[in-house]
Amino acid sequence: MTLLEAPVLDRRLSLDPPPRRSRRPIRFLGYAALIVAAAAILLPFYWMLMSSLKANNDVYTIPVQWLPDPVVWRNYLDIWQKSDMTTWLVNTLILSVAVTFLQVLTGSFAAYGFAKIRFPGRNVLFLAYLGTLAVPWQSYMIPQFILFSKLHLSDTRWSIIALQAFGAFGVFLMKQYYESIPDELLDAARIDGMSEYGIYRRIMLPLSVPALASLSLLTLVTTWNDYMGPLIYLRSRDLWTIQIGLKTFVNTYNAEYALIMTGSVLSVLPIAVIFLLGQRYFVEGIASTGLKG
Amino acid sequence: MLTPYARGIETTRELDMTSLPLARRRRGRQVLRNTAIGWSFLLPNFAGFVVLTLVPVALLFYYAFTSWNVFGGAEWTGLENVRQMLHDASFRTALRNTLYYTVFHIPLTLVAALALALLLNQRLRGVAFFRTVAFFPYITSIVALAQVWNMLFSPGYGPINAFLRGVGVANPPGWTTSADWSMPSVIIVGTWREMGYYMLLFLAGLQTIPAQLYEAAKVDGANSWQRFRAVTLPGLRPTTFFVVVMLTIGSFKVFDVILVMTNGGPGQSTLVLSQYIYQKGFVENQFGYASTISIALFLICFVVTVVQFLINRRGSDS
Repeated sequence: MTLLEAPVLDRRLSLDPPPRRSRRPIRFLGYAALIVAAAAILLPFYWMLMSSLKANNDVYTIPVQWLPDPVVWRNYLDIWQKSDMTTWLVNTLILSVAVTFLQVLTGSFAAYGFAKIRFPGRNVLFLAYLGTLAVPWQSYMIPQFILFSKLHLSDTRWSIIALQAFGAFGVFLMKQYYESIPDELLDAARIDGMSEYGIYRRIMLPLSVPALASLSLLTLVTTWNDYMGPLIYLRSRDLWTIQIGLKTFVNTYNAEYALIMTGSVLSVLPIAVIFLLGQRYFVEGIASTGLKG
Repeated sequence: MLTPYARGIETTRELDMTSLPLARRRRGRQVLRNTAIGWSFLLPNFAGFVVLTLVPVALLFYYAFTSWNVFGGAEWTGLENVRQMLHDASFRTALRNTLYYTVFHIPLTLVAALALALLLNQRLRGVAFFRTVAFFPYITSIVALAQVWNMLFSPGYGPINAFLRGVGVANPPGWTTSADWSMPSVIIVGTWREMGYYMLLFLAGLQTIPAQLYEAAKVDGANSWQRFRAVTLPGLRPTTFFVVVMLTIGSFKVFDVILVMTNGGPGQSTLVLSQYIYQKGFVENQFGYASTISIALFLICFVVTVVQFLINRRGSDS
């Protein structure tokens, strides 16, 4: 699982010519490229943060004002009064936690069936699962909406939970990880008389904590950021998530540039914190799904 | 191959087995048992998957041939919707715009992601920090990003045009407010947002290339460009294939970035297939016709993916 840490390590053999010296210009170019690319990627975030602390008239100025002067902390108080930010954040949190819990539970459970129990038709079924990852959701959102309406799910939280919680992605990610756990370990438990369910709960789950963490974080972030699902299903204002709320806020106060940026920062902030704390799991989760394709 | 279970228990039993039919019957029972247990593991996820994904996909192929709209139920009309679609100028515009996005988004993202991955694969200080930075746009919500980019792109006072005027461009583009520049704007944001994700996939792919291959190429006197052509690119082949397939599907179904940045405009200059489906289905309530366009999108993705798999197989045979 230290897959992506490897490039940082020095893998030179002792026979190698000493590298650095002859390649100094290339290394310099490398650093220059890194700095330029990092600046290009970070600039919009910097602009978002700085604008959120400006007076509204200072957002668009010529020349561009790179630091807010004066710093308007009030924006971060006003936004709570001008919008239902609290409701949106609470709704989004409820949905994200519920979806993540279900996705991790059903995903890891099914992955154990796919990875560690051999039965006829298993591989065909798994391929069908994988195949649906390639079917664009946009192509079946209409019949899905009609179905959900008939099941009386639309305009309830259950619609979003149903939409996100049973994906094939979680099964795929967990299966990749389970396959790296040796069968001998399970066989030993089987000989000791442990049931398959016992093995899943007492051996596999504790061993797969890194993969569970990856899946949890990726699902949490996906649900938090989802715009289309809530847009289609959640009509009542009191169910709105942060993404729908923010978009409506933008449409209502379309000239309040500074406040719009304040709302944007607040919608991104929880994700940024989660990402910085658990970035290792994000990176490993993504890398493991890409490896076998 | 026997199951792990069978290897553990059944094979030891088979050793003192005297009559073959009995052994076979036990094997049969074992397979049955494994099947039951296996399915019990799949069931919670599979039930949700069938009801929420497979059934809607099946329904799609029924609705597409009906005249279902807000005024009535689903009435079978055969190929009427298909005929309507082929004569629908807006559909053609949406298809053309989707191709426009796809044709630029795939190569741009591919090159940017590979370049970043190669850069991060060097022994430089700060690569771990940069990896975090590059991945960040991908996990940031598109609604917030669209607001920032729309402000950055603002034609009159936005920082991008301020910069362009500063370096001597007299008439910088109108970006999202101009019919000619709205699609390039969306492509720029799409590429900027996704390149970090594909960069991670490429980085993982680079790790699978054995260092000895580079050493051997170096011993043979290959310069760095030759090493890239002869070792890196072939070694990255499976990753590149995966990335191209994902990028293609992602480009054909492009939706949310356009919906929040330009809403298809100005005019129909950024109207794409997904958005046209949304508009027909959820705004105009023409569920039947929207399903027909959905099938078009579905088939395009399906055919392109199959063709890519065939090309890939032929390529790896030779």
